[in-house]
Amino acid sequence: MHPAPSLILFTVLSGLGFGLMVWLGFGALVPLGWVGFVFWALAYGLAGGGLLAATFHLGHPERAWRALSQWRTSWLSREGVLSIVTFAVMAPHAAGSVFLDRPLPVLGALGGGLALLTVFSTAMIYAQLRSVPRWHHWTTPAVFMLAALAGGGLLAGQVAAAGPLFALLAVALALHWHMGDRRFAAGPDTAESATGLGRIGKVRLLAPPHTGRNYLLREMVHVVGRKHAARLRLIALAAGAVVPAVLLVALPAGHLLGALAVLLHLAGMLAARWLFFAEAEHVVGLYYGRR
Amino acid sequence: MTALPPPSAKKLGLVIDLDTCVGCHACVVSCKEWNSQSPLGAPLADLDAYGAAPEGTFLNRVHSFEVTREAGPPVVVHFPKSCLHCEDAPCVTVCPTGASYKRAEDGIVLVNEDICIGCGLCAWACPYGAREMDGAERVMKKCTLCVDRIYNETLPEPDRVPACVKSCPAGARHFGDLGDEDSAVSRLVAEREGFALMPDQGTKPVNRYLPPRPRDALPEFDVLAPYLEPVTEGAGGFLGWLDRTLGKI
Ligand code: SF4
Ligand code: SF4
Repeated sequence: MHPAPSLILFTVLSGLGFGLMVWLGFGALVPLGWVGFVFWALAYGLAGGGLLAATFHLGHPERAWRALSQWRTSWLSREGVLSIVTFAVMAPHAAGSVFLDRPLPVLGALGGGLALLTVFSTAMIYAQLRSVPRWHHWTTPAVFMLAALAGGGLLAGQVAAAGPLFALLAVALALHWHMGDRRFAAGPDTAESATGLGRIGKVRLLAPPHTGRNYLLREMVHVVGRKHAARLRLIALAAGAVVPAVLLVALPAGHLLGALAVLLHLAGMLAARWLFFAEAEHVVGLYYGRR
Repeated sequence: MTALPPPSAKKLGLVIDLDTCVGCHACVVSCKEWNSQSPLGAPLADLDAYGAAPEGTFLNRVHSFEVTREAGPPVVVHFPKSCLHCEDAPCVTVCPTGASYKRAEDGIVLVNEDICIGCGLCAWACPYGAREMDGAERVMKKCTLCVDRIYNETLPEPDRVPACVKSCPAGARHFGDLGDEDSAVSRLVAEREGFALMPDQGTKPVNRYLPPRPRDALPEFDVLAPYLEPVTEGAGGFLGWLDRTLGKI
């Protein structure tokens, strides 16, 4: 699949923002006044910025509000609705903490739960697609939610909790890659079942339907840059999860160390998300003789 | 509404005969032509049409495959592909806006271009590559089963079929109600063992494909062979004498 920068930014930034909201909502950290303002601005800024980035992916961003209507069937719609509801439910808790020194723990906890649900629905936009075997798996929501919780915990200064969460994230990433590498080949879809010609023999594309590029190839048969995948996986794993975990567990906590861990994690997750898209193969590739 | 309607009794769709398709792409062109003048939606874009990297939006495309058999030479199969108007259409349920929908009355899957936000998720959800984002309009395009022809009373009766069916010079495309067991298309599917594409995706396509008929096997070329046996060393009689004599000269 095409690794669109808008979608990479959307999933990484909004995941981080909603992850921070989970910690702030459940009261792991209750910053008041100016400190509170910085934390809440960061949470809203990351989550909102990510959503804004997502609209750049749309052909008609001016109609984006229409995406809120089909929450009964569509995970994309649910994600939109949930993020707005989360923002709204969290607002009194945030405003109370910042301006009145009066946090509202019940609304906060409700908002924290909604924030986590939002991240889950973001992951399900991808995990629901049976046409992309690598995504259609429980490791997809596992990676998205652990990344949000670990990254958010780091931003919220929850050093003790974030360390183990980063370790779990590393495991989830490794599993997602390891199992993902085998899913397409292990699945039932082949050029033979795609064309139904398996009853006659082995199927090979002789002539493509068009000599130029098209939307399908650009969007779903993205094979550019996959050769760097192995190296990028190591970088993503190390920067996104392993090094932050080691830093947090092994060294004394401090702002400078925290900032370093955040930057490393962010860079690592951007690389991991690039891989998430670029390495995902769509079954339509079977009609084009490539994945 | 992107919730799927309960399965309709009427299931309009296409039956495509892989035995007779000659790969001429007439259906591709007529589809593009019809759907570029239809009031139903924006014309199908062509980008950089006269430049170095031309590309365009199409609702129907013809692939050509080579099938290697256990016995006998490989066969070439031309393979037209457009929306299969699936009963469990994943493209419909993922749509966040309600732009994608399946008609309750005849099962045709359509896009309301006026409310489509161009997110592309439906195209990702379709396993068959039957949807393309229009390069100019930035809204989703797909086969409409020529809903503006098949019910169009201003057209003469024989023209009330999809443009691709009408234009196919080989008669490889058939249109009808696959929900009705007695329809011509259903009988054709039963007779020729028509099949669905990628059944494991769980989409329950309405369209069916008819497999190529078994090829005639070439006869063994041994009818004349015995008469053409080379003359051997040990030939006797007149031929033997001739052979020996000529050999000495
Ligand atoms: S073929 Fe693709 S676009 Fe058509 S109904 Fe099925 S899933 Fe949807
Ligand atoms: S591209 Fe349009 S029709 Fe397809 S899912 Fe998005 S809004 Fe719905």
